[in-house]
Order: sequence, then structure tokens, then C-alpha cells
Amino acid sequence: MSSLPTLHGPTWFLAFREASRYRRTRIGIAVTLLVIALALLGPLIAPYRPDAFVGRPFMPPGGGFLLGTDFRGRDVLSRLLYGGIPVVWMSFAAASIGMVLGVTVGLVAAYSKGWVDEFLMRVMDVFLSIPLIIFVLLFVSLIGTKEWLVVLLVGVAHMPQVARITRGVAADIVEREFVQFAEALSVPRWRILWREILPNITTPLLVEFGIRIVWSIAGIAALSVMGYGIQPPNADWGLMINENRGRIATRPLPVLAPGLCIAIFAFGINMIAEGIAGTISGTSRKSGGEA
Amino acid sequence: MIQATQTEARFAVDVRGLRVELPGGGDIVDDVSFSIRAGEVLGVVGESGSGKTTVGMALLGFARGGARITGGTVHIAGDTSTNMLALDSEKKRLLRGKTVAYVPQDPASALNPSLRIGLQLAEVIEAHEPSTQRAEIERRIEAVMAAVGLPTDKVFLERYPHQLSGGQQQRIGIGMAVILAPKLIVLDEPTTGLDVTTQNKILDVVKKLCREQGIGALHVTHDLSVIANIADQIMVMYSGRVVELGRVETILTDPQHPYTRALLGAVPELRYRTQLTTIPGAAARPANRPSGCFFHPRCPAAEPACKAEPIGFTEVVARHWVRCLNAGSGCGTRPERLPDPAMASGGKPVLDVRALSVSYSNYRVLDGVSFTADRGECLAIVGESGSGKSTLSRALIGLVRQQASTVLFDGTPLAPRARDRSRQQLQAIQYIFQSPHNSLNPRQTVEQLVGLVYDTFHRTDRNRRREAIANVLSQVGLTPETMNVFPDQLSGGERQRVAIARALAADPEILVCDEITSALDVSVRAAIVNLLKELKARRKLTMLFVTHNLALVRNLADRVLVLHKGEVAEIGPVGEVIDRPRHAYTRQLLANALEADLDHRVEAPQPALRA
Repeated sequence: MSSLPTLHGPTWFLAFREASRYRRTRIGIAVTLLVIALALLGPLIAPYRPDAFVGRPFMPPGGGFLLGTDFRGRDVLSRLLYGGIPVVWMSFAAASIGMVLGVTVGLVAAYSKGWVDEFLMRVMDVFLSIPLIIFVLLFVSLIGTKEWLVVLLVGVAHMPQVARITRGVAADIVEREFVQFAEALSVPRWRILWREILPNITTPLLVEFGIRIVWSIAGIAALSVMGYGIQPPNADWGLMINENRGRIATRPLPVLAPGLCIAIFAFGINMIAEGIAGTISGTSRKSGGEA
Repeated sequence: MIQATQTEARFAVDVRGLRVELPGGGDIVDDVSFSIRAGEVLGVVGESGSGKTTVGMALLGFARGGARITGGTVHIAGDTSTNMLALDSEKKRLLRGKTVAYVPQDPASALNPSLRIGLQLAEVIEAHEPSTQRAEIERRIEAVMAAVGLPTDKVFLERYPHQLSGGQQQRIGIGMAVILAPKLIVLDEPTTGLDVTTQNKILDVVKKLCREQGIGALHVTHDLSVIANIADQIMVMYSGRVVELGRVETILTDPQHPYTRALLGAVPELRYRTQLTTIPGAAARPANRPSGCFFHPRCPAAEPACKAEPIGFTEVVARHWVRCLNAGSGCGTRPERLPDPAMASGGKPVLDVRALSVSYSNYRVLDGVSFTADRGECLAIVGESGSGKSTLSRALIGLVRQQASTVLFDGTPLAPRARDRSRQQLQAIQYIFQSPHNSLNPRQTVEQLVGLVYDTFHRTDRNRRREAIANVLSQVGLTPETMNVFPDQLSGGERQRVAIARALAADPEILVCDEITSALDVSVRAAIVNLLKELKARRKLTMLFVTHNLALVRNLADRVLVLHKGEVAEIGPVGEVIDRPRHAYTRQLLANALEADLDHRVEAPQPALRA
């Protein structure tokens, strides 16, 4: 028994380590880190300012402009290198807000049962019935296009889905005897939620976090494309697609390059989520008990 | 090695040199040889991980989880020419269900919940004999339903599995196994989840079917009393090897292998109290088995020669094989008898339950249960499932909101809900759950698990806390290093020790134990029972021991409370209740209690063949 290796660290870390045995997780981590590195380091290596007019509009690649110029004659490569940060931070932040709100609601609903559960989940259903874009547009048109507002709204839009998932996976755990044991000890309720139940559902929640990031990337990019995200002249991958879509047939690069970056980022996150999901089915497949 | 001498007898199955290997090399079981005559039952006993289920599955041509059957022969129904293991998968498939059938442990999960039972029975026939006429199928279903003791009418066959009781479901499971008149059935702990009364009926059905239809049965179990009641032969397995094989009467009365002897000594007796035998250490996993005899590190009769070379399987007397150099040595076969406890003179009771009633909507689970428990005594609460014994124990620790009663602890009333009780009251009554698998949070280390209880009642610095936790762990026989591991790195017995340590960390006065040994192996259970006895004596603990095992009650308890349909049927000193039961229900419970000897068998084992 004492010869057994002991695993230490928070459960999310263990879940990651378990998942990294799969090749898809490793590919996902590599791709995601690559995109994040591009976004963070890009401004340092960009040849021009993102808002500098350095050439004629829609110049073809070559001659100092590796990816050509955009509709205003700005360097596409420089805008690409600058335009990653908003996408990365906004999608992470929106997904995080969605997770915190959704997990809280889901955990409380699963643990309380009865009318509290019923009430919370019906409220979530109401949220769920409003499409993301409509929901965000409503408030953005009322308050104005602010980055923090877009992040917050996309986060809130994630909440009902996350709450449903959390409630679903926590429903089994709240019936387990170690929860009853804690209740018989009169352990504070928040501590039961936080210390007894939450660590047991970390893995499915990590998968959900990955899915939420991917949705955030897509949602925020869509809002940018529609002109409700980052405002010109700042650079943003979504905004770049919007700005240059007019000449997509003859000059595809200013649209394709940022589009590809968004797709690769989403792909990387998705692969990590897939890998972590693999560990869940992996543990349930393991035959316990006798050899 | 065993020679196949009994060629004139009809064998249901004859297994020689069976070997099942793990994917990474190394074996799960090896050198397994036995035969079962038609109409006979071979009981396979062994602890978790001994390979008994692996042997059972191998008879169906299966190996679990990446393992492979790499050696040996299996001849079925006296067919000496065909080795079943060498058949291609299609031929094996045809054999399964028709010639070799399987009865799983949990019928509830083996039956399809969305198909009517009549259809499920019919499917078995249609799958193997597609040309069978409708009328013939119905006739055979009716016959098999009668054989397993279920109603044969249409209305019953129209039911879904969830509309049947656990016992009825298992009867269906057995019915599905025998409906094609197989030569051999493999039963994998078919009565584990059932009440004793139901268990006995199921065992009777199995026995009768085997005798009448000439079916050989391999009955895998860890319960020696089940084996004693049903088997004609016993095969004892330890760490992937057969250590002893023989007729039931010789093994139970004159076991030769030290492991078998220890195992029998670990089974409590119903008629008197014993000092249960425990086996030190734990069984080795396949990866790190010792050299020579696998049992030698734990064997009281081990000598240097035992660790030198693998031990052969030898026939010590006719039809009785043992894998041991010192067959017949080791601890005595009958453990030391102890007197029943003397009744303490009645002091002020520490727990006084007056008219405890619990109702869930219209259903009354407990109805006016009253009893007292004196300081330092062990009060056993017995009853079948549904008697309300778990509800009673949960009500005491404040998990049942619906209770109406007066429960006095040390003279002061306890609130129905734990959250409304004072810190001292919470500390005084601690609870240990049936399954340590469920009651220990898998995401917390042992230190965190025990620490939760410790922190609830103590405020000390980190070093004092660690010291205190190490201290309670050592009290239950665990090393301080255990602190850093997660529950799934521990064996079942070790986990239950952690659960006990956690309760002790509160420094309680009353320990409520809810069936805490029912999920454990025989020898592990003995160790836990001895530990509880020791703790009770040393810490003056009052114990409420909820169980359905009457022999265990005899071994551990001072007084017994018999619970029947939510009411107290009988309460009294352990010797009196078990030896001179007054209530009809107690008598019925006692009549159904299986004992690990031959005196109480309904039917004698089949006479051994003369060689």
C-alpha cells in the first residue's frame, strides 16, 4: 500500500495529466498554446502598427506585405498578429463567467432538490429560450458596444447550459453516502458543495469549459463580424473578416487568414475537451474489483 | 497433477491446467484443474482477486478486460475429443447459453428492463433453436417457470423486470440459464444481493434443478455458509491458484490447507461465541506474488522450503487435493470458544429511544420503536431488508427528517435533524456506512477524510492535527503513511478501517455501524469484527450494530433487538434471543440463517464415487 505512487494536486490537474495520455489531448494542447503564443507575442514581432495605413487597399501578398493589405491599405499580417489577444481573452473570460454562474446555479439546484431546484431550472429554461445573438444585441444596442459588456453577456448566455450539465452530473453525487456523512456532521452547506461535491464533477466540467470556450470564440467572432465586438481601428480576427469580406472572391487572404486562426484555436480547445472527455469514459470502462 | 480417472462417470465438465494471462504477461489464474459430475455443484470460494470469477468466465470461453485464456482444456459433458477453449468464436457462441449457461450476480442489471420477462425467456430459445414452434416455446417457458417456483400464468409473464422482487428476478435469471437444458451452469454469486430467506429459496431451486436435470453447476461465492449448504465439492482458491479441492464433507470437517483452515476459523458460529481467526497481511496481487507457495508470507506453518519452489497439487487422501507442503498444519480448524457476555447491571442508559416512528408520505417505515442502550454495550439490530433497521440507524444520527419521537441522549432530547443538534451531540454519535466505497469521498486523501471529522470538533495547529490523525489510524491498524493515499488505492478492508478511524476521530460515545461488514471478504470481516470488539473494550464505546447476519451478532453483540416490519419483535441478551427465541419472526430468521457446517443442510451431499 505504501509502495503505491500517490497522486497529488488539485483534481483539475490530475484530470489534465490523465487526459494527456491521449494523442488528441497533446495535439490540442500544442495547437492551443501555439495560437495563444501567436496572440500574446504577435504585437512584439509585427512589422507595422495595426492601424497604420502602409499601402494601397487590397494589395496582393509580397513586397514587404507577407499577406497583402486590407481594404484600407493596412498590413494584414500585422493586424493578424495584433488581433489575437481580444479573441483569446474575451473567449476565456466569457466562458469563465458562464462556468462560474452556471456551476453555482447547477450545484445549488442539484443539492437543494425540491422547489429550489425546480425554480432555478425553470429560470434557466427561460434564459435558454433566448438565442445568444438576439440576447447580446438587445443589451448592446441599449448600453453600447463595450468589450466588457460583450464578454459579460456571452458569459451569461452560457449559464443555463452549464447549469443543466452541472445539475445532471451532480445529481448522482449528492445521493452518495459521503454527502450524507457530511450532513450528519452538520458540515456547512457551502462546504459540502465546494469540497465534497465539486471535486467529483471536475472532469465533466472541464469538458464543458472547453466546449464553452469554443462557443465563445464563435459567438464573439460572429458579433465582431456583425460589428458589435471590437471597434475599428483596433485589430480583431472577427472584425477583420467583417472588414474585408467585400473582396473575398478576388482577395481571399485578409478574410481567410483570421478565419483560419479562429478555426485552429477552436479546434485546439475542442481536442483538449475531447481528451478529457475520454478519461471519463475510460474510468467507467475500467473493471473494478476482482482481477 | 490430477489424472482424469473417472472416465465411467458422466462429467458435466472436466477442466485441466487452465491458465488465464494478463495482457502484460503474468497470469491471473494458472494450473486450475477440476471436474464436476452431472447433477453436482462445485462451490468455488476465495477472496476478492483470488481468480474465482475468472475461472467461472473461462468455462464460458470468456476472459475479462484484455486478459486471455492461454492454456488448458475444457471438456464439456463427457465430450473428451473437443476442447471447448480451442473452438472458434462462432462455435463457442453456439455453446454458450445452450450447453454452458451463466447466472449473473445482479439479475436487475442482466435482464433487459424494457422487455417483458416472457419475451426474454422466449428469446433465449429462439436464439439457439430458431425453428421451435410457438406452442413448444410456451410449453417450455411454463415448465421452466414451474421449475424455478414462479407463477406460470400469462399475466405474470407479461410483467417487466422492475415489477418483480430481487428474488423473483434471480429466479428468472436461473430460468433463462436452464431453459435450454444445459449441461453446465456457472453461477456468479447469485444470492449476494438477496435476503437470507430469499437466498435459501434460490439455493434450493438451484440444487433441485441440478439434481433433477443432471446439470453440473459451478457456484462462485465468497460466503462459506452458502457453499456448505449447496456444494458437493469445494474448491478453495488463493491468489490465482487452487489451494484445496475436495468433497464438501472432508473440507469442512478436515481441511488440509492452512488457508482453508484460517478461512473456516474466520466464520462466526451461530450457536456460540468464538475468537475469530484472522490472517495477517493481505493477498498478493498478480504482479507481485511471492516465490514458492503464494500463501507462505501469511501462513502460520510456513517454513523455508515453502518459499523455494512452486508447490504441486497433490492428492492427500482419495478425491482431496491440496497445494501445500505441510498439509494439515496451521491454526486449528475450530476457533476458540468464548462464553456469552455477562449482562452488565443496568446503569443509566446512554441512549433512550421512546416511540420512534418514521413515515414517508403514507408508508410507515418505523412504528413506535422503543429501546435503550447502556454505556459500553453492543446492541445488535437485526432484521431483513425492509424491516426499517437502516432507517432506524439513520434517524439516530439525524438524517431522517420525517421522524417523530423522543430520543434521549444522556438524558437530553436529540433534535430530529443533525443540523439542529449541538456540537456535543453531533460528536457523541458517529455513524459508519455499509459500503466504504460510497461513504469515502474518492477525491479526498485519507488525511482529508479523517481531517473533516477532526476539524469539526477540534481546533488545533497542523502538527497536532496530523499527529491525532496518525493516532486514530494506528488504532484501527493502519500506518501513518495511509494518510497520503486516496480511498481507491486501498483494499475494501482498509477502506472500512479508514471509515472507522474517521468515526473515532470525533471521539464518540456511540458508534452506529450499518452493515459495515457485509461488503467484505470473510477473513477481512473477521479482522474488522475483532477490531470493533477491541475498540469497544478499550474505549468503552456503546455500539449499535445493524446487520442481518445472526452468527455475527452472536459473536459481537451483548443484546439483540429484532426488528420486524418497523416494530420491535424481540429484544434481549444475545444468548437468550438466539438459543431461546420467543417471537415467531425471530425463529423464522434463525431457521433461515445458513451455517457453515453440514448439520443444517436440507439434503446430504451426493456420495463420492469410489475410485
